[in-house]
Amino acid sequence: MLEYILAKYNYWIYVVLMMIGLYAMMGKRNLVKKLIGMNIFQTSIILLFVSIGVKKGGATVPILMGDGHGHGEPLIQVADYLNPLPHVLMLTAIVVSIATTGVALATLILIYKRYHTLEEDEIMAIRKEAAAYKTLGT
Amino acid sequence: MSDQLPALIIIAPLLGAFLTPVIGWRYRHLCRPWALMMLAVPVYASIGSLLRVISSGPFGYHLGGWAPPWGIEYRIDHLSALMLVLIAVIGLLATINAKAGAAIEMRGKEPHFYTLLLLQITGLMGIVITGDLFNIFVFLEICSLSGYGLIAHGEDGAPMATFNYIIIGTIGASFYLLGVGYLYMATGSLNIADLATILPDLYHSKMILVGFAFFTTGVAIKMGLFPLHFWMPDAYTTAPNSVSTLIAPLMTKVAAYLLIRIMFTLFQPDFTISIVPVATILGWLAVVAIIVGGIKALAQTDIKRMVTYVMVAEVGYIVMGISVMNRDGLTGAILHIVNDACMIFCLFLVIGAISYKGHGREIYHFQNLNKKMPYTMAAFVIVALSMCGIPPACGFFSKWYLIMGTIAAKQWVFAITLLGSSLVNAVLFFRIIEKAYLAPLGGGAHGHDHEEEVIARDEAPASMLIPILVTAAAILILGPLSGKIITAVIQHAVPAIF
Repeated sequence: MLEYILAKYNYWIYVVLMMIGLYAMMGKRNLVKKLIGMNIFQTSIILLFVSIGVKKGGATVPILMGDGHGHGEPLIQVADYLNPLPHVLMLTAIVVSIATTGVALATLILIYKRYHTLEEDEIMAIRKEAAAYKTLGT
Repeated sequence: MSDQLPALIIIAPLLGAFLTPVIGWRYRHLCRPWALMMLAVPVYASIGSLLRVISSGPFGYHLGGWAPPWGIEYRIDHLSALMLVLIAVIGLLATINAKAGAAIEMRGKEPHFYTLLLLQITGLMGIVITGDLFNIFVFLEICSLSGYGLIAHGEDGAPMATFNYIIIGTIGASFYLLGVGYLYMATGSLNIADLATILPDLYHSKMILVGFAFFTTGVAIKMGLFPLHFWMPDAYTTAPNSVSTLIAPLMTKVAAYLLIRIMFTLFQPDFTISIVPVATILGWLAVVAIIVGGIKALAQTDIKRMVTYVMVAEVGYIVMGISVMNRDGLTGAILHIVNDACMIFCLFLVIGAISYKGHGREIYHFQNLNKKMPYTMAAFVIVALSMCGIPPACGFFSKWYLIMGTIAAKQWVFAITLLGSSLVNAVLFFRIIEKAYLAPLGGGAHGHDHEEEVIARDEAPASMLIPILVTAAAILILGPLSGKIITAVIQHAVPAIF
C-alpha cells in the first residue's frame, strides 16, 4: 500500500493540495481565505502538469547542444530529455492564475470599501439590513 | 487577403483592446468609434468565413505557418462559422448600444470599459475559432477575466457577486484545464482534430473517462447548467446594463458550443452514447433546470433577475437538445443557441433602455410603459411571443425541432417539460405585457372619470433604439429563415452518425 502511494507521490500531492484548495473555497467564510484556497487549487494543477513532463533515468532539460556551426546533433533520443511542453503550458497557466488573483484582490478592495469587512456572514447581514431598510422606505 | 480572414477575426479586436487605453489617454471620445471599427472587422471577416465554409467546406488556418498538431490551428467549420457571425454581430450591436449606458454607468472609465469589452469579444470568438484544447483554455480565461472586471462595475451587490463568480468561474476553468491535462497525459496531443483520431483506441481508459468528466463539469459551470447555475443570477443581475447585454446572451451560448464540440468532435458520438451515460445525466439535469428556472423566474418581481432565471431554463433547452442524441434534437439545440442568443440579447437591451430612461425594473414599474416607450415595448412583445414559441418568431422553430427530437428519442418527460415551459414563459411575459398595455391609466379604480390623460412619449436614444429594433426584426426574420439556415449550415454541423 505504502509503495503504491510512494510510486505515484506526485499525483497524491496534487490531489491533496486540490482538496485543500476546494475545501477552503467552499468551507471558509472569510473572503481572503477563499482566495488563498483558489490559489492553492490552481497551484495543484500546475504541479500536476509540471510533474507529468518528468522522465526517470537521467533525462535532462531539453537544451540541444550544436557544434557551434549551426549543426545540431543528428539524432535526438527523446528519452534523454524532459518533456518541455507541459511546462510551457503552465507558464501560461501561471500568468492566468496571477491575473485572476489580481482581479480577485481588486474586487476584495471594492468589497472592503463598501462593507468594511471581509467576512461573508457580516456582509450578508449588512446587505439584508439594507434590503429591509429599502422596502421600509418605499 | 481572404486567406487571412480567420486571423483577422481575433487580431483586430485583440490589438484594438491594447490600443484603446492609449487612444483614451488623450482622446477619450475616440474610444468608442475605435472600438466599433475594430469590431466591424470581425463582422466582415466572420461573414466572409461563413460564406466560404458554405461554398467550399471547412478550412483551417495555421498560425505562424506551423502545421498542426504541433502548431495552433484555427479551424472553421459550419458550426464555428455560425457562432462567429453570431458573436461578432451581437458584439457590434452591444457596443453600439453601450454609448448612452456606459456614459452613466462607467462615467470617466470609458477607455477601460471599451478595452474590456473588446477583450471579452476576443475571448468569446477565440473559444469558437481555435482548434487547440489549451488555446481554448486561454481564451476562456481571457473572456472570463474581462467579464469579472466588467461585472464588478455594477450596482450595489456587484462586487460580492463578482467575487463569487471569480471563485466558481476559476473552478470551472481549472476543471477544464485538468481535462486537457488528462487527455494530454494519455495521448500527447492538444489538437482537437488530431485527438479525435487518436482517442477512439483509448475510449475505455480510465484517464480518458476522468478527463471527459472534468471537461463536462467545467463547461457546465461556465454554462450555468443546473445545479451549477447559482452564480449566474447574481452576477448578471448586478452587472451594469451595458455589460450584461453583452455577456449574458453570449457566455452561456459559447459554453454550450464548447459542450457540443467536446461531445461530438473531440469525442465521437459512439463514445458519448455507449460508453458513458452522460446523455442521460445531462438530459435529466436539463429537465430540472427548466423546471427550477421556470419556478424561480415566476417568483421574481425584478425583471432583470427574472430574465436570468429564464436563461437557466433556456440553457436547459439547449442541453436537452444535445442529450437526446438524434438529428432533430441537435439541430434544435444549435438553432436554439442562435435564437436564444438573439432573444436574451433583445431582452437585456430592452431592460437597459428602460433603466436608462429612469424607470424601475420591478413589474409594477411597467405600467403604461407602452405609451412612453412604444418601440421598445413593441420589441419586448416580439421577444415575449418568441419566448412562448408563437410563429413566425424564431423561438417556435427551435422549440419545434427540440420537441421533435425528444419525441424521436421517446423521452416523453422531456417533451412534456418543454411544452410546460412554454406555458410558464407565456405567464412570465404576459403578466408584464398586461401591466404595460392593459393596466388602467393612473392605476385608480376610484370610479371618477379621468380626462384622457396624456402621457408624453419618452423613447430611448437612437443608439439604444437601433440595436433593439434590429434584434427584434432579426427575431422575426430568423424564424421563416430557419429552414434555410438548417440546410445551409446546421445539417453539416450534426455528426453523420445521427
